[in-house]
Order: sequence, then C-alpha cells, then structure tokens
Amino acid sequence: MDDLLVDFLTETNESLAELDVALVRLERTPDDQLTLSLIFRLVHTIKGTCGFLGLPRLERVAHAAENVLGRVRDGELAATSAIVSAVLAALDRIKEIMAGLAEAGAEPAGADDALIGALDTAAAGREATAPSRDTDLPLAEPPLGEVTTPAPREGADAVVAGQTIRVGVDVLEDLMTLVSELVLTRNQLLQLARNEQNSAFAVPLQRLSHITTDLQEGVMKTRMQPIGNAWNKLPRLVRDLGHELGKKIDLVMRGAETELDRQVLELIKDPLTHMVRNSADHGLEGSEERRAAGKPETGRITLNAYHEGGHIIIEIADDGRGLSIERIRAKAQALGLASEVELAAMSERQIQRFIFHAGFSTAAAITAVSGRGVGMDVVKTNIERIGGTIDLKSTQGAGTIFTIKIPLTLAIVAALIVEAGGERFAIPQISVVELVRAGLAGEAASDQPVIERINETPVLRLRDRLLPLVNLRELLGLGAAVGVAREFYIVIAQVGSSLIGVIVDRVFDTEEIVVKPVAPILRHITMFSGNTILGDGSVIMILDPNGVARASGSAGNGESRKPLPATAETMTSAARTAMLLFRVGESAPKAVPLGLIARLEDIPRERIETSSGQAVMQYRGRLMPLIPFASATLAGESQAVLVFSDGTRFMGLMVDEIVDVMDEVLHIELGTETAGLLGSAVIGGRATDVIDTDYWLRLAYQDWFRAGHDPHPGALAPHLLLVEDSEFFRQLLVPVLVAAGYRVSAVESAAQALRLRAAGTRVDAIISDIVMPDMDGRAFARAIREDGAWRGLPLIAFSGRAEPADIAASRQAGFTEHIAKSERDKLLATLRDQLAPVGVESGVGAESGVAP
Amino acid sequence: MPAAEAAGADEERVFVTLMLADQLCGIPVLAVRDVLAARNITRIPLAPAEIAGSLNLRGRIVTAIDLRRRLGLPPPPEAASRMAVVTEQGGELYALLVDQVSEVLSLAARDFEHNPPTLPMLWASHSAGIYRLPGRLMVVLDVGRILALTAAQ
Repeated sequence: MDDLLVDFLTETNESLAELDVALVRLERTPDDQLTLSLIFRLVHTIKGTCGFLGLPRLERVAHAAENVLGRVRDGELAATSAIVSAVLAALDRIKEIMAGLAEAGAEPAGADDALIGALDTAAAGREATAPSRDTDLPLAEPPLGEVTTPAPREGADAVVAGQTIRVGVDVLEDLMTLVSELVLTRNQLLQLARNEQNSAFAVPLQRLSHITTDLQEGVMKTRMQPIGNAWNKLPRLVRDLGHELGKKIDLVMRGAETELDRQVLELIKDPLTHMVRNSADHGLEGSEERRAAGKPETGRITLNAYHEGGHIIIEIADDGRGLSIERIRAKAQALGLASEVELAAMSERQIQRFIFHAGFSTAAAITAVSGRGVGMDVVKTNIERIGGTIDLKSTQGAGTIFTIKIPLTLAIVAALIVEAGGERFAIPQISVVELVRAGLAGEAASDQPVIERINETPVLRLRDRLLPLVNLRELLGLGAAVGVAREFYIVIAQVGSSLIGVIVDRVFDTEEIVVKPVAPILRHITMFSGNTILGDGSVIMILDPNGVARASGSAGNGESRKPLPATAETMTSAARTAMLLFRVGESAPKAVPLGLIARLEDIPRERIETSSGQAVMQYRGRLMPLIPFASATLAGESQAVLVFSDGTRFMGLMVDEIVDVMDEVLHIELGTETAGLLGSAVIGGRATDVIDTDYWLRLAYQDWFRAGHDPHPGALAPHLLLVEDSEFFRQLLVPVLVAAGYRVSAVESAAQALRLRAAGTRVDAIISDIVMPDMDGRAFARAIREDGAWRGLPLIAFSGRAEPADIAASRQAGFTEHIAKSERDKLLATLRDQLAPVGVESGVGAESGVAP
Repeated sequence: MPAAEAAGADEERVFVTLMLADQLCGIPVLAVRDVLAARNITRIPLAPAEIAGSLNLRGRIVTAIDLRRRLGLPPPPEAASRMAVVTEQGGELYALLVDQVSEVLSLAARDFEHNPPTLPMLWASHSAGIYRLPGRLMVVLDVGRILALTAAQ
C-alpha cells in the first residue's frame, strides 16, 4: 500500500470519529451552524480526497452525504433525526469500505445504490417535514466565545501541523521502559550516597536525580491522552441504543480532557463502553416508566472523570431505576453463590456487589444490546488487572453510580514496603487505607485498636468496625512468629468494598516502584501481582490485596466459619430474631433461629447413604449424620437439609421444604409436651412450632456438648438477657448460649433492656457489655440494682477489657462478675455456678424413639 | 536434540561445565547468558520448592531455580557459596543454582552417548545425553526441560 493511501486512511479515520460526535451534537442542536459547517467540511474533504485517489465507491457515498448536508447547511432542510440517521448510515458505509481498503489496498466490491437512493431522497426533502430555517440565519456570526470550543480544526491545525510529528507507539513504549530502568538506577545510587557522608558525588547525583524525575514526567506526558479519546464513540453508541430501545437518553460527559496513560486508556475503553451500554439498556427505564415514576422523560447517563491523588476517577452514573436488591438476591441464590442464610446476613451493598460475579445478569429479558452473560465480571476483572478498583452505589428508583479508580500509569506505582517472616513485600498504595498499631484485647491502651479472637479467628476492632484479619506470615507460609507479640502492625487494605487487616512484622517507607510481571512459572500464585527491584537493588514481590483476601477466605477450609456478616456493618431491627421457617408433613410450620444454622443444603437423594441404620452423607470430607425431623417424608429427588455445626462437626436435619426466613420479635409460649419442640410462637401471623435444636443435635451426637452437661432438659431452661450493642457479638454469643441450653433474649441497648423490665419480662440472669452508647453497662447495673424485679439477679459484665481496675469498677456498680470477652468458657462456667442448682438427669437419650 | 546425529562425528560443541554434588554437568554455551555468584536471592513464598527465589541481574529480575532440588539431590552443605548460570527462555531470565562453575569445554560429537537406560528418572528426564571425557562423564543438561516446571503444583 502506498504512503499516500496510508495517510488517507489515518486521517479519514480521525475525521470519522469526529464526525460521529459532531452529528449527534447536531441532532440535539439542529441550529448549531458551527457544528454543521464542521460536518460539511469533513465530509467534503473525504469526498475530495477520494476523488483524487481514485476511490469511486467512497466518493459516491461521500458525495451523496455531502449533498444532504449541503442542503441542511443552506437552511433548505432541517437536521431531523431521519436526516442524521441517513448521514450516519453513510458514514458507516464509508467505514466499511475503508476497512476493506486497509486490508486489501483496494476498495471492496459492493453496491451502494440503496444507500445513495435513501440519501438522495433525504436530500430532496421528501422525508423532511420541518420548514426551512432562513429566519434563524443571523446566527451566521456567532458570539466569539463559541468560536474556539467545538471546532478548533482548521485554524488550530494549520499552526500545530508543523509542530507535531507522528511517533510509533512502540518507540514510546521503549522510552518508558528505559526511563523506568533509569529511575531504578537513580534510586539505587541515592541509596548508596545516603550511606556515605560528604561524598563528592552528592551534588551531581542530586542533579541527576532531578533530571531523571523531569525526564520521567516528560516521557509519561508523551503517553498521556485525554480520556475523551476513549469516549468519542459513546455519543453515537448511546444515540443508536436510544433508537433501538425506544428510550430517550442524554449523555453528559464531564472532564473529557482529563489525561491518563494511553496503555491504561486502551485497557479501560472496552469496560467503559460496556458499562455505558449497560446503563442505557438496564439502568434507564423507558419513557413510559419514567413518566410514571415522576422523572423527566429523557434519561441521563453522566460520565465524569477527574484526577485524585495519582489516580483517575471515572464515574458512570445513570438516573434510572437502580439495582433491584430483591432480584439480585434471588439470582445469587439461584446461582448458588450464597445460601439464603448467608444472604440474610448481608448488607445491601454486599448484595449489590454480586453483579460483579461471573454469569450474573439481572435483566429479566436478554436483549440484543446487553445481558449476554458476560458482563460486569469481565469489567471488574479488566479493571482489577490494571490495579484499579470498581465500586457501585445504587438507590432503587434513583439510579446507579459506578466509580472506577485507576492508576494514571501502570509503569510506576507508589507502594508501601512491609516485612513479614524476614522477607519484604510491596503493597500498592492504592489499596492501602490506613496503618494501625493494635494491641491484644485486655491490654491495649484505651484508644488503641484491639485484636480480639472469635474461636481461633482474630478480628480487629477498629473504632466502630470489626475487620477480618490475616497474618501475612502465616498466609505465605513463612513460619510462626518467635515469641508472643504484644503489638501488631496492621495494614488496612481495601478489597472491593470491604476492608481487610493484614498483620505484618514491620512497616517501612513507601517507595515508587516499577511493576514487572512475575515469571510464568510463578503466575499461579495469585497472591502476587508482580515483582520489582527496590532502591537497594533487592528484588521483592508485590502483594495483590485481592489475592490475599481470596486466599484467606479459603484458608480456614470454611469449616469453622459461621455465616457471620463479613464486616460489622450494623443491621437493623436488632430486637428481632431471624427465624428460618420450614415445613414437615401437613402440620404447622416449624421455625428455628437462623443464627443456629450453618448452611442450607439441597442434597440429591443418591448422596444419602446408610451406615449402621443411620442416614449419613459425605459432607466436606466427613460423614455427617442426617436426622429426619419427626414425620419428614424423605421422598423426591432431593432432600432439603438444615446443617448445624459446632465448628468441627456437622449434623443435618432432614425436612420436607424450606419455606422462608422471617424477622420476628419472638415470644415463645413454652410448655409443649412434644419432644423436639421448644414451644410455639406467632411468626408471620401464623402459629409456628419453634424447634428445640438441642434435642436434635443430641440425637445425632450423644456428646454434642463437649462438657457433657445437659443443663436444662425440657422447657425449664433459664432465661438470659444479653445486652450488647455490637450486632456482631450478639450474633456470636446467642448461639453459644442457646447451645449451652439457655433461652436468650438479646437487646442492643440498656434502654431496651429496661423496657423489657418495665414490661414484666422474667429473666434469670443478665449479661451486659460495658462500653455502649447512651447508657453504659455500669450505669445499667446501677439502675438494675436500685430497684425493680431484677434487682437480685446475677449480673455479669462481659467486656473487651478486664484489667483489675475494670473489674473493681464493675463490682462497685453492682455486677456479680466481670469477664473478658475472650473468655467464653469462663462465662459459661460462671452462668452454671450462678444459676445452679439446675439440671435434673437427662431423659433425652431414652425417649429418642424418633431416631431412625 | 543433540546435534551428534545430524552433524559429522568431528563437529565440536561447546559447553559450560559445572558441578552438582560431585557430578560434572554441561550446558550448551549458547544457552548461557551470564554466570554470577548466587547472592541476594529473595525467597518467594508459596512458590514450588525448586524455585529458590528471584535475584536482580543488572535491573532485570531473574528467577532462580535450585538445580539440586530439581534433580532430587541433597541440599548443599551449609554456608557453601553457590554459583548461578543465567539462561533465557521465552524472553524470561532464569538462574540455575549450581555448586560450582568450571571451564568451558569444546567436545567432539563422537564422544556423545544417549542416556544409559539405568540413569535415575529425574536425571534421565532432564538430561539430553552424556559425553565421555577422559576419566569422567559429563551429563548434558536439557535446559528446556529443567525450566518446564509446571505452574500447577
């Protein structure tokens, strides 16, 4: 292909991109003479060049389009949607021919008569209805301010042309690599110089350092492009989508001049296009629906880009219907991403993030535009691949905002250097939220974040949040720490929308690092996103917080994990208990507190085996006994099973059907004679049997409760009141207490507890947190001791801090005992002592005629 | 494949010789980019056991492979200094850690033998054949197969 043709192709492609944008603008503001003449000029140029180069097909199409535009320009036709469509169709044809031309070096064969016929028809004004616009023509001399903005082409280009040259992208890439190396070498030299006082090199080195920095910036600048380059296809896309879907859509683009590295730009182009398409298709409602919802008929998609501390933030917002939490929840369950129980414990935000899962599309109908199953998961993967993050905020009825945060450049990033197990690692600064120094529960200074343990799992209590913790040393298999640390350095990292605490041994500086991919034979270690060379010349690995979170999520085999909320975002309606309803036979629905259930399973019948008369199944590598609930039918292809777990063992309760999960304020009427039932309660307006979990657990394992005690047979279980403001601890403690045989009421504040007292609720002992908002535990204790029905009750303080002074203060306030939150066994022992004598010899084993 | 079959018996091939637990081995000289002392190797957690870590070779990151481990040999005595033979594959650099690097030998094809069938599996699968040297044998290491560490452990 000759040079002339190559130049023509490059130039015309640029013109075409500009034309797309300009035409859509024209459609919206048909009177914009500047845009109109820009379009006319561009098409005219294409036509002229085609004629010169001897490209007859292109010339004919361009000529026909120019005819139409000429009449519009002369005011003989109005730029209606039909006319713009006709011209856009012509542009598409031109692109097609150009593609063929680029491939073969000659125009591809084909007939354009129909298209040209349509254009001629349009030019003849037969389809156009609008009158001519002669009267508006005084606009020929527009206000000065507008002259420069839309079309800087002719004037500006003439000046600029001599000062720009085209440089191959690979040359720039090579330059960037070299500069990266130079930066590294500079860092190394600086490190060496720092160790030597009064070195003669110091001054020239300083100068070298400055020049290197300038050079780095300069080279980076050559790679910078305005993000508008990635956006210029979007107006056309949105316009076409609007026509196709019958929606009116406005696309607003802000910050198009924001610059970022062209490598990054290339990588986000597709995700962005996909997201805008999604917003137009799924996000925005049709005109009818919008009118009905009291919104303006025209939907709006807003793109906004701006810089923020070394990153570029891109927002894609629509004012559409927002994400349907219900639909996502249902879909997540249908896809088996989470069980009903887990979903019930999740916040709205966590549920919304399911749309980033593979194969997740909530569109009720699959349209041609989107909803093809590859969706937001691909977007998320692509963005994470370049070290970015994506988040969303959606309000039902008001719209959705996606926020993408990506580094300006991939080549050089700031990273925090940490040490674990004698090795150093880099954590990209973009995901580091903060650094904290935490102490152990019970010995930390009062304002210091505290590490607490739940079972064996450490969590960090930071201000009012609980964060999952991973120990980098353990995670990477670098051996256990020597001695017992009293203080921990924790890097709080952002992973998606949640935070995770990474325990490290030491924290060094932040350093600018050049990210290099790891060797192919190490790519399977997902915990590393690359490696780099530090200023001192040593090689270190770059941690990928996403990988760390993923690895830690599976590290515990998931066995000891109860479906607790991942973060301690407070949930509402704390006085209510989530109850799982299920059905067995024709009798009244049965209910069990959701907190006691580890999982809900639907098991294919053939997986159920029989071992010495007992139904069992393989479950997570062990045999799990299956107990049929009373008269369960045990037929059909699959069996619904409620799985209970104490962390190490599992037991399955076979029921006919899992009905629902309901939040209810529980008032259990006790005193039923039926084995296996605790009593009945009104749930969802119906009388429901609440099952006695103990009873069923004991059928499976005689020794389910390790202590071997059988404290409270029958319905006489002591009633405990738990006052604890943290949802997390309530969730944690209630099942433990229930499993120990107590009836438990949990409230989130002292005030609620006092209301129960006023209502005449009978309890046998009270467990209270100390640090609570409004009325703290000690004030609560004083109020209890002062007067009322509860004044003589055992009152146990259960607190994160248990220094001698704390204990004394609690006693002073009227607490019977003060126990640290980490000492759950002591709590149970104290309860046993305080509530003794209880526990007649159990008869449960003998009356268990229900067992198979 | 050894060139011995295609070329004449007099054609010579050049090898960098090295020691691995008292066994003389050779790597074709054209496959060797660099020889350096194995120092400042960063451990890579969770990597396959054969991977000793990574090191910095004039601004490039090189993955170091412990040849003793790769060939199922016992670990070297403590505090023994080791050498690294740097080789390239698919644009990536790898350093093979060996006990010692000695001279460069030019060997005639007529001295080449295929692996004897009794050679231990690990050796046989990483060796391209054997050269008969005066008084001793030299195992030709097949760099490609040594580097073919499967990613999936």
